[in-house]
Amino acid sequence: MRADPAEYKLVSPGSLQTILSLMASEPAQWLPIAGGTDVMVLYSAGKLPNRKLINIWNIPELRQIEAFPDRIRIGAACTYTALRQHEIVLQEFPLLATAASWTGGIANQNRGTLGGNIANASPAADSLPALLVYDAEVTLISARGERRVAYRNFHTGYKKTALAADELIQEISLPRRFSGYFSYARKVGARHAQAISKVCLVSLGQIANGIIRDVHLAMGSVAPIPLRLNETERMLTGSKIKPSLIDAAGKSTVKEIRPIDDIRSTARYRSAVAGNLVAEFLEKLAAEGANS
Amino acid sequence: MNSSPEESAKCEVSFIVNGEARKAFVHPMERLLDVLRNELGLTGAKEGCGEGECGSCSVLLDGLLVNSCLVPVAQATGASIITIEGISAHALMKPLQEAFLECGGAQCGICTPGMILAAVQLLEKKPEPALADIREGLAGNLCRCTGYMQIFEAVARATRQRAAK
Repeated sequence: MRADPAEYKLVSPGSLQTILSLMASEPAQWLPIAGGTDVMVLYSAGKLPNRKLINIWNIPELRQIEAFPDRIRIGAACTYTALRQHEIVLQEFPLLATAASWTGGIANQNRGTLGGNIANASPAADSLPALLVYDAEVTLISARGERRVAYRNFHTGYKKTALAADELIQEISLPRRFSGYFSYARKVGARHAQAISKVCLVSLGQIANGIIRDVHLAMGSVAPIPLRLNETERMLTGSKIKPSLIDAAGKSTVKEIRPIDDIRSTARYRSAVAGNLVAEFLEKLAAEGANS
Repeated sequence: MNSSPEESAKCEVSFIVNGEARKAFVHPMERLLDVLRNELGLTGAKEGCGEGECGSCSVLLDGLLVNSCLVPVAQATGASIITIEGISAHALMKPLQEAFLECGGAQCGICTPGMILAAVQLLEKKPEPALADIREGLAGNLCRCTGYMQIFEAVARATRQRAAK
């Protein structure tokens, strides 16, 4: 059943302070809407639980990308298009630019936002594994004040997050210490463009004399949340890349993920592909990683 | 979470549509697509999927390609909107229209307004796109008739014709 617009409110306060006080006055009543690429889909299908929406698209401070010597701060309402065009994102956080290019087509990239992808909390979201490997931190803001949460602790279960009912994601901060890393990203979906992933791997690594100094691995669509592969990373760090290690990393990956059967794929296929992607990353890291 | 549905008040939304100042008295959560079609009589943008997958409702909102089915009209307040009806004077339209005709880039025509607007957006940003750029630029627009190759060729041909001038 299509939604009747007469039954929904949409207010546009135009300032962050007013938005936060409205959200504080009626917690869990107001749903923030930025580019609408998730919210409007639910709305159109008549499946949006909230009847009151609050416009955060026209708040300039949520749309800025600011560079500091040690980090960049990305406003939560920055679009995928903005990320793909930003010089520092392209140079130092290429995996985020790549993930942004995976997300929908151009029209959705012009409207969809990084904060929206985080708040929507889909385990198949394209940009979230990139935030995990770059050790992102999110700033949550409410009328009560602001707090920072390590992004790896943000997702607490399927579609469950650390965000309180009166809080808004204000910005995402990425430390600028990965420019020397080798990076790898591969999304496996039914079609190259505009598909929701069956499995994706986003990873960073640094090697010296064939030894892995540091490695960050994150996968999408293989668990209830976007997943950082902590165990596999521990196993790999300090090891020399050789066939037996690659084999063991694939096995460790399969042990660490929790894939399911759904409309897009099966748990068995996802496990096989997950192991293969980690193996491919390690082979490339060994072959090309010393030059990066 | 839901109390009983409360009626929202209609409001006046003003914007510039195809270069003309227009107003509509609508609910703020009306989809821009519905306002364009039902209130302003601009039926060039089509509803295909209604969920941002097919691109047949594409318009340019402040110069950016968007799916108008995913834009609540209140967010378009004060914006400049270009629909397929308003783009005929664009410098890219003559070569694009000719190339779509010559290459068989349109059959049933439902996707065509979105394809043209996506092509305009692409060529404005990248005047000499490679085939991979054309495929990416049009990836959000589905066509169930042509099989896409004729459309990609049409955009490539329009690019060559423009470069030749």
